[in-house]
Amino acid sequence: MSKLVLVDVTVNGVRYQRQVEPRLLLSDFLRHELCLTGTHVGCEHGVCGACTILFDGESMRSCLIFAAQANGHEIRTVESLGTVDKLHPLQEAFQEKHGLQCGFCTPGILMTVLPFLETHPEPSEDEIREAIDGNLCRCTGYQNIVEAVKLASEKIAARE
Amino acid sequence: MKPAPFDYYAPASVAEALDQLAELGYNGKVLAGGQSLIPAMNFRMAQPAALVDLNNIKELEYIQPTADGGLLIGTMTRDSKVEYSPVVIQRAALICETMPYIAHPQIRNRGTFGGAMAHADPAGQLPGLAVALEMRMHVRSKTNDYWVNADDFFVGPFASVIQPDEMLVEVAIPALAPRSGTCYRQVSRQRGSQALVAVAVRVTLDEKGECVGANIVMLSVGERPILAKKAAGVLIGQIASAGAILAAAEIAATEEIDPGSDIHATAEYRHAAANVLVQRALTEAFARAQGRSSNTQKTSIQNEDTGG
Amino acid sequence: MTKRIFGKPIKRNEDPRLLTGQALFVDDVEIPGMLYAAFLRSDYAHARVNSIDVSTALQRPGVVAVYTAKDFGDFWKPGPLQVPPPSAIPGAVFNARTLIPMAKDKVRYSGEPLALVIAESRYIAEDAMADIVVDMDPLPAVTDMEKALEPGVTLVHDDLPSNLAANVKQEKGSYAEAAAKADFIIKRRFLIDRGAGGAIENRGFVVNWDAKAQTMNIWASTQAPIPLRNGIAARLGLSDTQVRVITPFIGGGFGPKIMTSMPDDVLLPIVARWLGRPIKWIEDRRENFLSTTAERDQLHYAEIAVTKEGKILGVKDVFYHNTGAYDPYGMTVPLNTQTHTTGSYNVPNYYTEVRMVFTNKMVVTPVRGAGRMYGVYVMERLMDAAAKKLGMDPAELRLKNLIQPDQFQVHTGITGQDFVENVLDSGNYPATLARAKEMIEYDKLVKTELPKLRAEGKRVGVGIVCFVEGTGVGPYEGANVAVDAGGKVNVATGISTQGQGHFTVFAQIAAEQLGVSMEDVRVVTGDTGVFHWGAGTFASRGAVVAGSAVNKAALMVREKIFKLASKLLKVPEDRLELADGRVFVSSDPAKAISLGELSQKSNPTRGVIEPGVEPGLEATAYFGPPYGATGQGSTAMLVEVDPGTFEVKIKRFVLVHDCGTVINPMILEGQLQGGVQMGIGNSFYEQLAYDENGQLLNASFMDYLMPQATDMPLRMELDHVVTPSPLNPLGMKGVGEAGAIPIPACFAQAIENAFADIGLEVSNMPLNPSRLYELVKAAKNS
Repeated sequence: MSKLVLVDVTVNGVRYQRQVEPRLLLSDFLRHELCLTGTHVGCEHGVCGACTILFDGESMRSCLIFAAQANGHEIRTVESLGTVDKLHPLQEAFQEKHGLQCGFCTPGILMTVLPFLETHPEPSEDEIREAIDGNLCRCTGYQNIVEAVKLASEKIAARE
Repeated sequence: MKPAPFDYYAPASVAEALDQLAELGYNGKVLAGGQSLIPAMNFRMAQPAALVDLNNIKELEYIQPTADGGLLIGTMTRDSKVEYSPVVIQRAALICETMPYIAHPQIRNRGTFGGAMAHADPAGQLPGLAVALEMRMHVRSKTNDYWVNADDFFVGPFASVIQPDEMLVEVAIPALAPRSGTCYRQVSRQRGSQALVAVAVRVTLDEKGECVGANIVMLSVGERPILAKKAAGVLIGQIASAGAILAAAEIAATEEIDPGSDIHATAEYRHAAANVLVQRALTEAFARAQGRSSNTQKTSIQNEDTGG
Repeated sequence: MTKRIFGKPIKRNEDPRLLTGQALFVDDVEIPGMLYAAFLRSDYAHARVNSIDVSTALQRPGVVAVYTAKDFGDFWKPGPLQVPPPSAIPGAVFNARTLIPMAKDKVRYSGEPLALVIAESRYIAEDAMADIVVDMDPLPAVTDMEKALEPGVTLVHDDLPSNLAANVKQEKGSYAEAAAKADFIIKRRFLIDRGAGGAIENRGFVVNWDAKAQTMNIWASTQAPIPLRNGIAARLGLSDTQVRVITPFIGGGFGPKIMTSMPDDVLLPIVARWLGRPIKWIEDRRENFLSTTAERDQLHYAEIAVTKEGKILGVKDVFYHNTGAYDPYGMTVPLNTQTHTTGSYNVPNYYTEVRMVFTNKMVVTPVRGAGRMYGVYVMERLMDAAAKKLGMDPAELRLKNLIQPDQFQVHTGITGQDFVENVLDSGNYPATLARAKEMIEYDKLVKTELPKLRAEGKRVGVGIVCFVEGTGVGPYEGANVAVDAGGKVNVATGISTQGQGHFTVFAQIAAEQLGVSMEDVRVVTGDTGVFHWGAGTFASRGAVVAGSAVNKAALMVREKIFKLASKLLKVPEDRLELADGRVFVSSDPAKAISLGELSQKSNPTRGVIEPGVEPGLEATAYFGPPYGATGQGSTAMLVEVDPGTFEVKIKRFVLVHDCGTVINPMILEGQLQGGVQMGIGNSFYEQLAYDENGQLLNASFMDYLMPQATDMPLRMELDHVVTPSPLNPLGMKGVGEAGAIPIPACFAQAIENAFADIGLEVSNMPLNPSRLYELVKAAKNS
């Protein structure tokens, strides 16, 4: 077995220090080492987008990053958005517009849309579809997801 | 689909990285953005014994305008940073035009400009642009330090001149001559998926409106980005005309490429599509060179030209 | 007063947990001491296995066990037939060759398991796979369905005389007579190729054997928890009550997760017993493409006999169905094809014959649509060919032959997947076609819009097709409804959920009948420890069959509520009302009793009770329809093709659907939209590409392409026609597969329409830009 390396990482505002095998994928680290199972694994080759998280504020595929590479960085996962009793406006919008069915791709989409809405507070339909083009959904056909993102942009704007 | 074990090094400086690569020799592999390497490792199609991770080397992340009107881009600069950089939009708009076609935003947030070059994918957009814009690659090892032109840098499928103990440190993009037009066009089965055929062109006119320089580069049609010199030659000394563009496209698409067939497209289709794309790219590039359109024009998914 | 809940677009109960990452999926299950499994799978599609040497793998630190077929001894045997053979159909030939849990002397498909590794982590298990040395002699691979039946060809199953898995012939009337009377007979050959289920969550299985309690708990991403439980208990010699299958949230089913005899289903439970430790197996995406069942792989030789006025006299269809290396799921898929071909139309004479063939490809079992798509494709393509021949507009030809509203119920004379005659129970087929035409402005398109765009050089085309969808089949489902001491309603049913909102629609049904709010209903699905009779989620039957059972049980509870309340309030039942969680006297609302109190009173812990009285406000009910209810619809699309690159955009899309009574319109539309995504995939993007050696060339998302957000039309315009089904009390028909079924047929017609000037014909699916280029070139040259 190769030498373990230290990963000193902040996830959802909480700091963790662990010794890991270099080959441990960030997706597995988050899910099984830190038990943050909201981030899902769909393909492990960077196409489906279910594992998308925020790495220093930018959306990235956690299956294409080694946990060791997160050393010194900040990660945000879906668990940081809201709780069952207090949903984030983005999550509210998804519920209202039926933007999820099985829910498996949903955390990856939420973490993709979150920074997108910060840079595109009034997105057009085209911009939304381009932004979520790297997230595969097999259940919804995307139409309600687009509606949810539009509604979310309005809710977030109203909040400010 | 978990990767095989490897030894891991995370140098903090270029010097440290070069030392590490010198020590590891054939056993060492550079890890840049990882967006191509890690999927291959997860499939166990790649099983490097050791990875030298460049992601902690801040000194490799920069976009620097140069006095001659060009750019220097550090190898670890993230694709998305390049995509939205105002100075890149100004000086090398072709890159910004092409970026939205490269995978998806999440990949571009991690993937690096230099990494894509070193990966040398024959379908890779950035290698294609490197040839089209005559970029120059700066390669270093512990004992060596040299520059190579893009057209000489790519030697075959997934192969560049980089030796096991070497790494790409920066890419130089020359200034675009005045009255130049660039354009990128591709056909892929889906947005962000690998191009079936892609074309990147740069044309330059003199004050009379005659073409004094042209690069026509095609992707996914051979073992590396193909520079269609014969086709370009047809354009030199001409005023851009539909006839000249047609002639150039015909030559480029029939004589200068040798695409293969796969489950997505036949070779014959690729020839035909290459012809169409060269025509479209040249038409638009000439319009931009003449000032009738702009190099910074973005195409949206809904209004990509579907005209003939 | 409780407002009406049934029929409303109520927000889903399950969403908050799914949205916040607090929903349990199978890979989220962590049990102390858990071990991880990985299957070593054959690269060859067809080979003799000479030896498997696992000695090096066993030496690897972290490897706990490695099993090959011989290690399982008598436990190793071919699995059960998950669906009975078609003996109900006279003359049916069926050769059962069910899934084996692991290759023994021979591998028959690329991806078939050769060994099972159990290790401390999946990473180590995969390392150990590379240590295993397999000695195999490759055999010629059988991949072409027609060639597979030629004499002298290599046999997939050596103990059979040929590669014929089944042969079923069905006829209504006499096609030969119809053909003799026809003015035109149009013949075509259609090849429709494979697609994957493509759920974003791969399959998964966690098993925990508690030796001290002698019970086994299983978490599985399954559409069939009860059959899975039954199979595992039987194999292990345990009682049903000792095995509990709990379905967590499932990240998409779409068909392949109905299987209960896959290698993991069969082997992991026994391994867990032997090793005395919990075992987890999570499929990876490559395995999913390679060795999870897929569908869509048929070759049709079809013909239609018509009069010159455009009346259909008869249809004949002889087709090959590729079942892959084994046939564990019987004839469900091809029987669906047979019952869905004549579909929406009056076809007095119909001959259909299926030759099901073994090949060295992965096994075929239902994927959303489950064989219905090809029946619809064949019929609609024949109609289009006939329309061309007759010089008739495609919509006009369809209108002429549609089954009329006053004809129901229509006895089709063809036996379906539930082994009874397929009967069309209700519908208004002309209405769905008319509405679809109206929504896409068909006449305006054909007369003015399209000619105008074509004059500008655009390649645009419109397609409009009709389809039926058999749903809600038996045998039955059950539900238990109970009011607890706090006044909350608990609903439990045996089927599981994969995103179609069962937690909400079943709550809506119960809330409606019991006068409570949605928030006060808790639904448990797919936990055999809570409810343990049922068949599974397939054939668009969940809401219809289980929903009907929920309704029935809720009504029984309602009866009990009124009976007990009448006794306690000393008021006749007909003067009582039930709403807002309480029973009250209509004329004196203050005189009331809450459901919670009623529930407590219904379960005395002292005193005596009247004979014949059951405790609690609880009821269990079962519902089984006499046959499945048939949904129907029409879909239309406008496509634009880039004349240079042959890329295609769907500019407009319309779907009009009749699924009878609607429980939740929001969930209904979601189901339709999702199905359309898969249908578009099957038309232009998705194909599992096997080469002549049976090698799957695209076992990843890089080369198996599923539609993205920018591949979909900007708007899927939906509308509904409602003709309640007489087959269940609520009048429901299923809808889960409807969106997928008609799309390839509609897409093909629209593409042909875009190239009508050169007489382009689309026969085979899927298309892609390169194939379209070739079709256009061929059409121009002919």
